Amino acid sequence: MKVLIPVKRVLDYNVKARVKADQSGVDLANVKMSMNPFDEISVEQAVRLQEAGTATETIVVSIGPAKAQETIRTALAMGMDRGIHVQTDDDLEPLAVAKILKALVESEAIDLVIAGKQAIDGDNGATGSMLAAMLGWPQGTFANSMEFGGDSLTVKREVDGGLQTVKLSLPAVVTTDLRLNEPRYASLPNIMKAKKKPIDAKTPADFGVDTAPRITTVKVTEPEARSAGVKVEDVPALVAALKTEGVI
Amino acid sequence: MAILVVAEHDNETLKDATHKTVTAAAAMGGDIDILVAGKGVKDVMAQAAKIAGVRHVLAVDHESLRRQLAESMQEVIVPLMSEYDAVLAPDTTTHKNYMPRVAAMLDVMQISSITGVVDAKTFVRPIYAGNAMATVKSGDAKQVVTVRTTAFDAAGETGSADAKTLADPSGPFKSEYVGEELSESDRPELTAAKIVVSGGRGVGSAENFAIIEKLADKLGAAVGASRAAVDAGYVPNDYQVGQTGKAVAPELYMAIGISGAIQHLAGMKDSKVIVAINKDEEAPIFQVADYGLVADLFKAVPELEAAL
Repeated sequence: MKVLIPVKRVLDYNVKARVKADQSGVDLANVKMSMNPFDEISVEQAVRLQEAGTATETIVVSIGPAKAQETIRTALAMGMDRGIHVQTDDDLEPLAVAKILKALVESEAIDLVIAGKQAIDGDNGATGSMLAAMLGWPQGTFANSMEFGGDSLTVKREVDGGLQTVKLSLPAVVTTDLRLNEPRYASLPNIMKAKKKPIDAKTPADFGVDTAPRITTVKVTEPEARSAGVKVEDVPALVAALKTEGVI
Repeated sequence: MAILVVAEHDNETLKDATHKTVTAAAAMGGDIDILVAGKGVKDVMAQAAKIAGVRHVLAVDHESLRRQLAESMQEVIVPLMSEYDAVLAPDTTTHKNYMPRVAAMLDVMQISSITGVVDAKTFVRPIYAGNAMATVKSGDAKQVVTVRTTAFDAAGETGSADAKTLADPSGPFKSEYVGEELSESDRPELTAAKIVVSGGRGVGSAENFAIIEKLADKLGAAVGASRAAVDAGYVPNDYQVGQTGKAVAPELYMAIGISGAIQHLAGMKDSKVIVAINKDEEAPIFQVADYGLVADLFKAVPELEAAL
């Protein structure tokens, strides 16, 4: 089974986003960037499938600026086989990303795509399901666990009420939730080995799809600040305050 | 302009999230129809018809829609969209699952988890875990929008729309429902509760979470948790409040043993009154709390429960 993992280079999970003074967006100059945490879970899952003999080849793709290569190298160091870098300085929308991924799935004859359920910058949560629809494939979103059986895949999904299990025919798209696995750290020898693994260089134009943005960002602002309240001395003082507020 | 709102329901009861999504649709302007897709949804149709400002209720009643799986929902909604300029659904896991499929088939960029409507094509939505608010304008002919329901008031129930049942979706579909493990609870639903009591890593263990649950039961509250508490296995995943979990906005939110990571704050900072109990007085949660109590939660929580 050939597995494709899309990864995105985003503002590091632990760095607080700062809105630019001109309200044009979030300041990404000189801040730490990392692989989207949900994509790390996808990469880990692909490597585990390879170790289990389920995956025959694992391919990582990133669509982004020159530095997205570093994110691809990280995935290769975690154990994936090879990379594809679709270089663009435009911040492509999920719709455009899904179109490029669809073209790649077809040209690489992919059987399974595991994508993060959302990227922690745009928080759209759209790419995986869009790709599944474009391919006419079933999907298992917000995956908590995955189990293969013959030509089907059973996915336990994290839903609002608890967990839901669905059975998908393959090929399929899975999107990862937090509890699917715990991503490994790449070892130094694997980081060295990853430097020799191939990365194909592509551009969006190679895929012949329309990547023009559909959405214009009018402005980006700070969220309404919530000011700190008061510290209460003890439990009776807290109870009195909540009674005054009328919330208990 | 005509807007389709997809109902949130469990085949028996229409959920409040639907009423809130109707409010978001009304802010866009135009005729609003509600789609009830499920199995055995007669009662839900009747409830939807009462929502103020609704023109028609459309229902599709078919076994393949009992769990509202992604492919069947896509199959129902996409053909309907020839009659509509926009489709809105609550941003619960049910709708987050299939809405991007609808958008892709319409060749439209989805606008996710809106918290505000500026006009029929311009919306406000949180990005970067709620650390920034983006105002975005869609250039697409049709809009596919999911709605952060905690940001909108519920529409009233003074309406009397007509209701009709549409044709069944065709199939077969490539995915099937196998089963579910739902958290059994008599407590109110997390996203709809007036009071939420949440525990974090400071609670220390699944056993210790009992003191959070006891306090919640005394208050008639829902129980929530931070990602740290879920990851540590203290409580199931569906308790998680935060950017990647559930967004809540109750009258009272009590954060107990929660440090207040930005991802958690994104899911609860719209609560009316926030209380934090934490032994670390430097914890970031105190920066958003209306009332902070620096205390050992194992002493303070039982004392609080006894005092209520």
